[in-house]
Amino acid sequence: MILEYILFAILGLVAVVTSVAMITRPSPVMSAIFLVLNFFALAGLYLLLNAQFIAVVQVIVYAGAIMVLFLFVLMLLNTDSEHAILKEKRKLKFIGIFIAVLVFIQIGYIVFYSAPSDSVTKEIAESINAGKIETIGTELYTTYVLPFLASGFLLLGATIGAIVLAMKKFE
Amino acid sequence: MTANTEIFQLLPHLVIGVGIVLSVVIEISTKKSESILPWFTILIFVFAGAHSIINVYDYQILFGGMYAIGGVTAIFNFIFTIGAAIMVLNAVDYIKKSKMNFGEFYILVQSSVLGMMLMAGARDLFMIFIGLELMSICFYVLAGINRSRMGNTEAALKYFLLGAFATGFIVFGIALIYGTAKSTSIDQIVFAYEYFITDVLFLTGLALFVIGFLFKIAAFPFHMWVPDVYQGAATPVTGLMSTTGKAAAFSVLIIILSAVFTQNITNNFEILFAVIATLSMLYGSIVAIAQDNLKRMLAYSSIAHAGYMTIGLAAGNIESVSGIIFYLTAYAFMNLGAFGVIALIEGSNEENLDINSYSGLNSKSPILAGFMALFMFALAGIPPMAGFFGKYYVFVASIKADLTWLAIVGVFSSAISVYFYLRVVVYMYFKDSTSSIIIKNSFTGLLAVIISGLLVLVFGILPDTLFSIITSVLSY
Amino acid sequence: MNTIPMEYYLLISAFMFSVGVTGVLIRRNAIVVFMCIELMLNSANLALVTFSSFLGDPAGQVFVFFVMTVAAAEAAVGLAIIIAIFRNKLTVNIDEINIFKW
Repeated sequence: MILEYILFAILGLVAVVTSVAMITRPSPVMSAIFLVLNFFALAGLYLLLNAQFIAVVQVIVYAGAIMVLFLFVLMLLNTDSEHAILKEKRKLKFIGIFIAVLVFIQIGYIVFYSAPSDSVTKEIAESINAGKIETIGTELYTTYVLPFLASGFLLLGATIGAIVLAMKKFE
Repeated sequence: MTANTEIFQLLPHLVIGVGIVLSVVIEISTKKSESILPWFTILIFVFAGAHSIINVYDYQILFGGMYAIGGVTAIFNFIFTIGAAIMVLNAVDYIKKSKMNFGEFYILVQSSVLGMMLMAGARDLFMIFIGLELMSICFYVLAGINRSRMGNTEAALKYFLLGAFATGFIVFGIALIYGTAKSTSIDQIVFAYEYFITDVLFLTGLALFVIGFLFKIAAFPFHMWVPDVYQGAATPVTGLMSTTGKAAAFSVLIIILSAVFTQNITNNFEILFAVIATLSMLYGSIVAIAQDNLKRMLAYSSIAHAGYMTIGLAAGNIESVSGIIFYLTAYAFMNLGAFGVIALIEGSNEENLDINSYSGLNSKSPILAGFMALFMFALAGIPPMAGFFGKYYVFVASIKADLTWLAIVGVFSSAISVYFYLRVVVYMYFKDSTSSIIIKNSFTGLLAVIISGLLVLVFGILPDTLFSIITSVLSY
Repeated sequence: MNTIPMEYYLLISAFMFSVGVTGVLIRRNAIVVFMCIELMLNSANLALVTFSSFLGDPAGQVFVFFVMTVAAAEAAVGLAIIIAIFRNKLTVNIDEINIFKW
């Protein structure tokens, strides 16, 4: 499956490059755009992993709704670019980068050292077809019905909270 | 088990869930919601707390292994609901005083308590995550609810950014745990813990998960948000965050590490927890000495108390779990009481938080001074108060686990902490009043302080009543 | 179904997580910091979907669904907080927002 490898290489490269570009661009709007691109690349990777439903939701919810909210707020506040990301507090930031590189090396090493062997064969995994909307829906409304109900309260609480913080009039 | 008993068992959660929806309806439909909602909130909290503690011996697992009822969960639910009820009682006049009197405050408190209850009863990583986020998101809003005040919004921003950062760690940790354990069920993880822990990927996932929760309990290297958030947020909200929020985070750590506590498996995190406990205790106690703002001082003392409780996690035996739970109960009521007194003395615009405002308090309001002294003695861990037995049980457990040096550090740090707690008492009783503060009469606020004071005394004089319940319940 | 080994996906996920952590530590604009946190959540999502797909177990993808719910809720509340602080301070730079010391 040479096509799969090519697609993976392109999408993986886009995901890696856009994530680095996102944290290094001085303009917040550019950062947001790169994050959107990153989310699209992730959606592509999800398709390669046979997770069609999550890929669609990724584009609609993350790229379509959450990032648009971010961009709206960025436009509303019209914040300045950070031109000197690494100029101020140099030492502290280099320590930060060092820690992050350490974390990456560690996790990367561990992943290759002890990635869990796939306990199921490809045929079984294919027959379960975990990415189908039907499978996810069934799981959501049977096994995970309690967290599903709780997430309703989560959204209610977040709505009320956002209204209180952004709209409520004070005397 | 029939569906009827299941609904009966879940009654506390149902009552609070329906209460949230009803509160929204009340808030929308009447103009007088601000005077109805506090009493409605207290009513459902007291009902839920009473129901939990009555059914404490009725341990059941519901929803196909998703959620547990009774046992330790019931004790945690008791802490959350009664603690929140005391806080609401205290907040009624406070939020009128500081001009943020709107009903959404109570709805958010109810939602956060529901989130804590879901965390404490979780038997699945899904439930832990959703409960945690329900609690945290409500706390972010509550910290900044008085958004015209600079300190409030700033506290909210700091709490939000660091809380969301911790959430990132927790989610990545859950992903790695799921990948290696091939399941999100706590029972599965606990059952095969000994086998999984040899897997480095699982260990990494668990470590990331634990680090995320160390943020939430405010232990030392992850404490940067604590002083600012506790100082900036409204006083009753700080009381709620520092007590019930900490208890909820500890409940999750106890759940996820329960294999270590119950099956005598080597505690891989012993050194990590021991170091964090030592640093938190010493850092919290030493920095608190230099604080003049009482809320900031209690914030640092909260870091120190997180350290004492972390000793229990390092010890990793069944006695230490009961010690932690007892400590959390005692800490909840003594800290809520202390913040209650601060809320009563505080002016309408965040004045009178300085320790000088407390000089000569005894001559102005002997009741408040007496209760403040009681809470300070309890927090310092002086015998007939509940705080002493909390520390005592945790230290005994750590000696049993061959961590005597940790207990010695704990005793040493408590000795340091006596200084800044007693400083408040000295100011109240032996200094002449320099400022002319007017303490507004607040019946409900005083009632909240009296209730928490009585609970601190009861748990201090008769620690066995609670402790025996905890130990017998832990055998499940 | 998948010929690409699992490790490659996990490596991308680990890389994105580290980049997200770096971003939180070095950026000063509160909104960008929050975007870096979203990046961390997404790296976790990629790991979850990878595991779920290779184990043939839908639970991981259901979890991603919940993570998205939480991310949406957090975005609503977080951006509301950022707007509230902008109204008070006219800045969202977290170095300038310090009446208490950071």
